[in-house]
Amino acid sequence: MDIRLKALLKSLWVYHLSTGSCNNCDIEVLDCLTPRYDIERFGMLPAGSIKHADLLLITGSCNRQSVARMKRLYEQVPRPCFVVAIGECALSRGMFIHSYNCPQPLDRIIPVDVYIPGCPPKPEAIIAGMVKLLEKVKNK
Amino acid sequence: MKETIIPIGPYHPLQEEPEFFTLTVEGERVVDIDVRVGYNHRGIEKLSEMKTFDQSTFVIERICGICSTSHPFAYTRALEDIISMGVPRRARYIRTIIAEGERIHSHLLWLGLAGHFLGYKTVYMWAWKLREEILDVMEMLSGNRNNYAMFKPGGVRRDIKAADLPVALGKLDSIIPTLEMLRKAVLEDPVLHARTQGIGVLSKQDAIDFSALGPTARASGVARDVRKDCPYGAYDEVEWDMIVTANGDVFDKLVVRIGEVFESVRIMKACLLNLPRGEIDAGIADIPPGEGIGHIEAPRGETFHYVRSDGTNRPVRHKVRAPTFMNLPTFKTTVKGATLSDATIILAAIDPCYCCTERMAVRDPEGRTLGDGYDLIRLSQEKTARIKRKMGNK
Repeated sequence: MDIRLKALLKSLWVYHLSTGSCNNCDIEVLDCLTPRYDIERFGMLPAGSIKHADLLLITGSCNRQSVARMKRLYEQVPRPCFVVAIGECALSRGMFIHSYNCPQPLDRIIPVDVYIPGCPPKPEAIIAGMVKLLEKVKNK
Repeated sequence: MKETIIPIGPYHPLQEEPEFFTLTVEGERVVDIDVRVGYNHRGIEKLSEMKTFDQSTFVIERICGICSTSHPFAYTRALEDIISMGVPRRARYIRTIIAEGERIHSHLLWLGLAGHFLGYKTVYMWAWKLREEILDVMEMLSGNRNNYAMFKPGGVRRDIKAADLPVALGKLDSIIPTLEMLRKAVLEDPVLHARTQGIGVLSKQDAIDFSALGPTARASGVARDVRKDCPYGAYDEVEWDMIVTANGDVFDKLVVRIGEVFESVRIMKACLLNLPRGEIDAGIADIPPGEGIGHIEAPRGETFHYVRSDGTNRPVRHKVRAPTFMNLPTFKTTVKGATLSDATIILAAIDPCYCCTERMAVRDPEGRTLGDGYDLIRLSQEKTARIKRKMGNK
């Protein structure tokens, strides 16, 4: 196993990016950090800068304003990096599929590793998704 | 002194929506601020006009995840205004219960984030832990933690089961002691006084001139609350007080919000105890041609919806005005003259869907980067630590 991947198993640092969401997924992500759910036990911490992150958590419907910025941020993440799409909007644009400002879903723009459905997904679902991601890292 | 421009935003890892601030600073003093929004535009008004009246309720629930009750509430009231009809009494009570539950969790969320920006991680964790209890109640009553989908034109979509009432009341009673402790910890802390009193003052005249809304206005002594001025739901049938303070600084905004949490618990309990029997849905078949407005008091201030109908099953025009839109310009007066380390909490004090400090970069005129967004929060947290040390030495 690649030493860089092995190191990630216990210390995935997370950068959270909202590409035009309604806040709900973002708050549930924050909720995961607080005492009841405490995602830190999997070694996950929010990273202050994109350049320290191993994992991009992307919420929202990828509107025109954010797509270019998101691509630029994605290019700046040190490799290996993983992308998790959280919530219905990031998966398929959900309710905003007919909106003039949300041209394409997230996985047409950048590759996505784990999808967590829900509007918003419960913190339990987010944690389950993260554990699946860890499995994926382990088997890589 | 040379002016430096600090761009803040539009992305932040810890926070919610993208927004973009440009702070102009001279040394440590902020002299000007500019706000740019639009990173979150999803075309909701247009989407709402493409859907039927019933479907729109779900779309506008997704305007904001924290105000996911306020917007449908204002929208359904606008539709009821077109028909000029009332809502069954039980439905009004249920609407009030859901709206107040949302206010409690929204204010606790803000309190936690304010604690985080000030360097009080304990307040952050405690407030969010307490918020979970309220979300449990809301999940039990409505079936979801955030997007409740309880509203429909003419009433509510789901009834509250009789078996749930004592459980909900018990949970509300059980959070009061913790809330009381949190209030004491926050409002009687000398360090927090030093950090928030006299900071980011919005005078009463400014609050009126900027048409500030909600807790931002009430902290400045403007007694304005849609729930009292133009009662809807069950607000005229239960006892509660409007919290108004005089100084308009960040501390007063804390006082108002914490006070409102207690009032909301009081309203919620009164509504649960006196929940009347009867219908929950008036059954609206068609919306006649006409126009209607609906306005309600969201956690951040007055939410306003305007709907025009031409007699078909879709709105012809749907206009939404959210409270943060009115509160953002108050930064023009509150941030000016403050130090950079206080700017974080002042920008957070109106409870905007505040975000983005992280992607900021401090640049000098030659374009060299001096620091990033976390430095701003760090500056704020260091100031608290400094004050703590100073007080400890005395």
